[in-house]
Amino acid sequence: MTEKWTDFPATALTWEKRNDTLRIPVPELDEGIAAAVTCYPSKAKDMQAIALPTERVPDWQHRAIRKLQQLLERYRALRVYLDICVQCGACSDKCQFYLGTGDPNNMPVARANLLRKVYRYYHRPLEKILGGEAEAFNERVLHEWYTYFYQCSECRRCSVFCPYGIDTAEITMAAREIMAEIGVATKYVTEVVAKVYERGNNLGIPGPAWIDNCQFLEEELKNETGKDIRLPVDEVGAEVLLVMPSADNFANTDTMMAYAKLFYALGISWTTSTYCNEGGNFGLFLNYRNLKKVNKRILDAARALKVKRVIWGECGHAWRAGIYTNTLNGPMDFLDPPHPVHICQFTAEMIKRGALKIDKTANDDHIVTYHDPCNAARAGSLLEEPREMIRATCNKFVEMPANTIREKTFCCGAGGGLLTDELMPVRMAGGKPRAEACRSTGATYLATPCAICKAQLPEVMKHWKVNVKVGGVHDLLSRALIL
Amino acid sequence: MNDAAMLWNVIAAFIIGLAYVSAFVFVGGLLLRLALYLKTPVPLKIVQTPGPKNVPGVFARLVGDVVIFPSLFKADKALWLGAWIFHVCLFFILLRHTRYFLYPVPGLVIDWQTLSVYAGFFFAVPALYLLWRRLAMSRVLYISGLPDYLTLILLIAIAATGMLMHYYARVYLVDVKAFTLGLITLAPVAPPQHPIFLAHFLLVCALLIWFPTSKLMHAGGIFFSPTRAQVDNVLYPRYVNPWNDEVQVD
Repeated sequence: MTEKWTDFPATALTWEKRNDTLRIPVPELDEGIAAAVTCYPSKAKDMQAIALPTERVPDWQHRAIRKLQQLLERYRALRVYLDICVQCGACSDKCQFYLGTGDPNNMPVARANLLRKVYRYYHRPLEKILGGEAEAFNERVLHEWYTYFYQCSECRRCSVFCPYGIDTAEITMAAREIMAEIGVATKYVTEVVAKVYERGNNLGIPGPAWIDNCQFLEEELKNETGKDIRLPVDEVGAEVLLVMPSADNFANTDTMMAYAKLFYALGISWTTSTYCNEGGNFGLFLNYRNLKKVNKRILDAARALKVKRVIWGECGHAWRAGIYTNTLNGPMDFLDPPHPVHICQFTAEMIKRGALKIDKTANDDHIVTYHDPCNAARAGSLLEEPREMIRATCNKFVEMPANTIREKTFCCGAGGGLLTDELMPVRMAGGKPRAEACRSTGATYLATPCAICKAQLPEVMKHWKVNVKVGGVHDLLSRALIL
Repeated sequence: MNDAAMLWNVIAAFIIGLAYVSAFVFVGGLLLRLALYLKTPVPLKIVQTPGPKNVPGVFARLVGDVVIFPSLFKADKALWLGAWIFHVCLFFILLRHTRYFLYPVPGLVIDWQTLSVYAGFFFAVPALYLLWRRLAMSRVLYISGLPDYLTLILLIAIAATGMLMHYYARVYLVDVKAFTLGLITLAPVAPPQHPIFLAHFLLVCALLIWFPTSKLMHAGGIFFSPTRAQVDNVLYPRYVNPWNDEVQVD
């Protein structure tokens, strides 16, 4: 699958912009066309490391049904959303994965129906008698779940258009939690969580290598600015603990250096932690227990380093899980309020206070547009701050069409644990709406505060031949900041 | 008593019994279901952002969602128009029917009488549109199951029998009112011997029984939708998940 594939026919449709709206072509149904694109299954050692069954448990059907019952008792969203969907189809053309593949199981309502039919079988007798689609949890259903609940990025776009706000992400999360319970999960997601427990971050960067990278970036900064701008690690007593995506220290180093410059300019002491050098929380894509456990590391690190604040870096999933920190592992009252804080909120506030000297012309070589990461926009209330930052640091800022930004933003196509090579055909198809929206602006720089988006979008733009550089929001600040 | 009269007495007793059973199932089932929603915790604050920052804001968002369907408007203009007219017609039809259960009849119901009759007549248009799109639009056809069609057909049949009584096979209203008031005062009398009225009434009983166990629960369920019925204040104050401690992490 990763070698060579033919694009889904759905992606051949024509997209155009009229006024401020991107006209979105809706493909015809092509049942099962995406069925062959599935994630590699988890490895036993990773499953063991994250306290899940190493292989499918013998009484898997029974355990899955019991888990469903437990989740119904624990999650109001699941209970209500399984009941009240009227099957109107308002969401059916809103998911980037349906628009890209044309596979009907990627329509949010049909995706949810994969779980709803099992719910109906065990919990809704009258609907079942009257001919509502109902099916026992069997091998075939499990395979459908494994395929299509891992073609959902949990981005919540469907929920914006649903008259009742039904959030398919909640359904997907429940299905994945049930599958995890019986020992069915994907290699990518479980590997990442296991790496966090072993090394402290999603990429598995060992502590010494992390420190090396930081020193290397300090040298880079010295060459660039002539100043001793530090990237402190494990510094007890620093004011701020920064939990950024580990990719910032490895791939998106411009963003990492931007954080360093920012704190340098403000004169605020900060540190990263080799125990927890990761904001991203893949437990979110798996089950509550791992969500909570990954999240706990942040507060443990904050306590150990005796910091006053924790600031989350440019990462969508990190922020979606980060905003739950107080609920999962709080109270956070040993830190200074407000908490949690996102770096874009922090920087936007500093700009407003006039604490930073900025030369906007430094970014004049770019026409900048902004991609709302799904988690930041629809789950994390982070819509204005990144825009305020861009307006404060760039002269040429253009928005993408109105129906593709803010709470209506399209997911990059790789969120929710889909950023893995074997899903490439679905990832590229799911990224098409964002690529076309970006193309319509003529922008040369696509700013986004999310490590998943920063990994996915360059591939998407290359694949759909949109000539744009993808980078962080703080990267723009970094260029314009006068030290 | 002759055979026909005996048979009618049995049928009448059955209809009266069914009326009480369906009313009981409807009210009891609805309340139980809503109580279940209320009882089920919301572990994490999953409000769809940007959302209202305070309780009055949430209330306003929900009222807006119930009255004008703004999300549907964003999603699909034709469906929005069809669904909105459909629900407005239902509202007026229900309003008019309170006259059979209230004595004296409220002034508002009498004032809106004509409008309500038109609503009943016009109801067929959005209802048939909703049925048509289930069959004609491939994406909606794909997700439609038998209960989706049956619910619509049931509503259409109820409206059709209602309009037949109004325009064609008129039923003697005094008998109807005696029957309905008898039911609610727990002193039931036999229903009018009018086949279309009886069909209308039985279909309504079926709808009431169907309601709590079907997608019709969207009517009350929307108030329990966590993405809409929460304040967008996830960062402060601390939100507590009642079962958080049951999930142990080392």
